[in-house]
Amino acid sequence: MVQPGSIVGGLLGFLGKLGASVYFLGEILRQSGIGIARPRLVVEQIHNAGVLSLVIIMTSGLFVGMVLGLQGVDALSRLRQEDILGASVALVLLKELGPVVTALLFAGRAGTALASEIGLMRATDQLSAMEVMAIDPVRRIVAPRFLGGAISLPLLTGVFNVVGILGAWFIGVYVLGVDNGAFWSQMQEYVDPEDIWEGIFKSAAFGVAASLIAVFEGYNAVPTAEGVGLATTRTVVTTSIVILMLDYVITAALL
Amino acid sequence: MDNLIEIKNLHFKRADRPIFAGLDLDIPRGKVTAIMGPSGTGKTTLLRMITGQLRAGQGSVRIADGDGMTDIGTLDRDAIYRLRRRMGMLFQNSALLTDLDVFENVAFPLREITDLPDRLIRPIVLMKLEAVGLRGAAGLMPSELSGGMGRRVAMARALVMDPELLLYDEPFSGLDPISLGVILRLIRETNDVLGLTSIVVSHDVEEIARLADYCYVIAEGRAIAHGPPAELARSESDLVRQFMAGAADGPVPFHYPAGDFARDLAGD
Ligand SMILES: Nc1ncnc2c1ncn2[C@@H]1O[C@H](COP(=O)(O)OP(=O)(O)OP(=O)(O)O)[C@@H](O)[C@H]1O
Ligand SMILES: [Mg+2]
Repeated sequence: MVQPGSIVGGLLGFLGKLGASVYFLGEILRQSGIGIARPRLVVEQIHNAGVLSLVIIMTSGLFVGMVLGLQGVDALSRLRQEDILGASVALVLLKELGPVVTALLFAGRAGTALASEIGLMRATDQLSAMEVMAIDPVRRIVAPRFLGGAISLPLLTGVFNVVGILGAWFIGVYVLGVDNGAFWSQMQEYVDPEDIWEGIFKSAAFGVAASLIAVFEGYNAVPTAEGVGLATTRTVVTTSIVILMLDYVITAALL
Repeated sequence: MDNLIEIKNLHFKRADRPIFAGLDLDIPRGKVTAIMGPSGTGKTTLLRMITGQLRAGQGSVRIADGDGMTDIGTLDRDAIYRLRRRMGMLFQNSALLTDLDVFENVAFPLREITDLPDRLIRPIVLMKLEAVGLRGAAGLMPSELSGGMGRRVAMARALVMDPELLLYDEPFSGLDPISLGVILRLIRETNDVLGLTSIVVSHDVEEIARLADYCYVIAEGRAIAHGPPAELARSESDLVRQFMAGAADGPVPFHYPAGDFARDLAGD
């Protein structure tokens, strides 16, 4: 049986961590000037977090889109509404699946890499060594990685959406015979700019959350091999939960 | 005497366990001072207080600054970062940046802190690497270095900003006799040639006896003895004798503080 005490304890632990990460975010933002002073450091991290995630994002986007094409035609044909396939797939991807699935994949691919890299630097005293060299590790190591991640996720989400729509188009139009003109024109008709903004807003929020959790867990890892492993695992678990919770909160607030 | 660092009545706790309880210790300028003590007495902790990474609970860690002494514990973040430019530190494991090669590791502080152009950074780095005998290893990655080589690279890196104080945390552990001789000579020579002040943390009594000008033994939260190594070797104190002779148990307990063993085994 679950003890009420342990729930309270868990909640307090969660709140404590939330407070600590918000504080850490403040510290990172204060040191973010490095993104302007030395943009190359951030570009390098966009490459690490973004470009190296492209393959997994595009592959996943393609298959998610193709499934949406299959299921969409199956469901819509019962209503004789195959023509709105393009519109429904685009709405589902732009508003929900794109931001959420991309963020979850990002946590697994880029978040874990960030957390273990920074955690390992902690465990091998590299961060301490920088401090003693009068180089602030939050500025030199953490801030560029946070910024790179936070910038990458919305871009990756865009790629995911485009590939997903193309996947649905391929199955719907090319394989299952939905009318090509209707596919695109209905999409233009029913997708409003607000829908696109909602998706962009979500993916920006997810980018901040996922990157913050990864660098926070890495930076505060217990300085042992086990501690780094744990930080990596926690990054995926915490990010997944936080993304899904945030998604609900943002959706409820915007609708 | 002319001291670079003066530590007075230092108190510090970790998780309610006192690490320092009234530690007094002075680091004379221009000398190699050894800090010895059994494992876990807080030698690394002490270095971290000198670099301002940890703050004293009570008492003061002061460093000579211009004409006076500045209490490191009262400095704000920017002042601590300025202070650290006067220091170099060698970590217990060399703490090289694993994604940069040897050359870039040594160049790192120059690139991060100064605006020097490449054509000036290159000769400075090569000079420091030459001084530790590893100019030929400039292109290797840290994972390709032996422990002793890594430590020498870390030493070149610690020297690259021309600090006035060098802190060494266990520079001898795990070295073969030849590497050990090399490191000993390097510490001595850099101290004397460059006119630095060096603090060497170690529990290797023999090496310290060959190297240090002055020596502190810390145990149980305070400095239990100090003096030139030769003098310490003749000390009357049981504690110091135990340590210098390397006996496992004596006044310095072998055991980390614990409850009664029999009761622990019985499970209560
Ligand atoms: N982060 C920490 N949290 C709690 N206790 C710690 C922490 N780091 C060190 N300690 C404790 O502080 C004491 C002093 O540690 P320190 O690393 O300074 O010892 P040391 O003298 O350098 O030992 P060694 O010779 O083995 O390197 C140890 O007993 C250790 O248990
Ligand atoms: Mg130590």
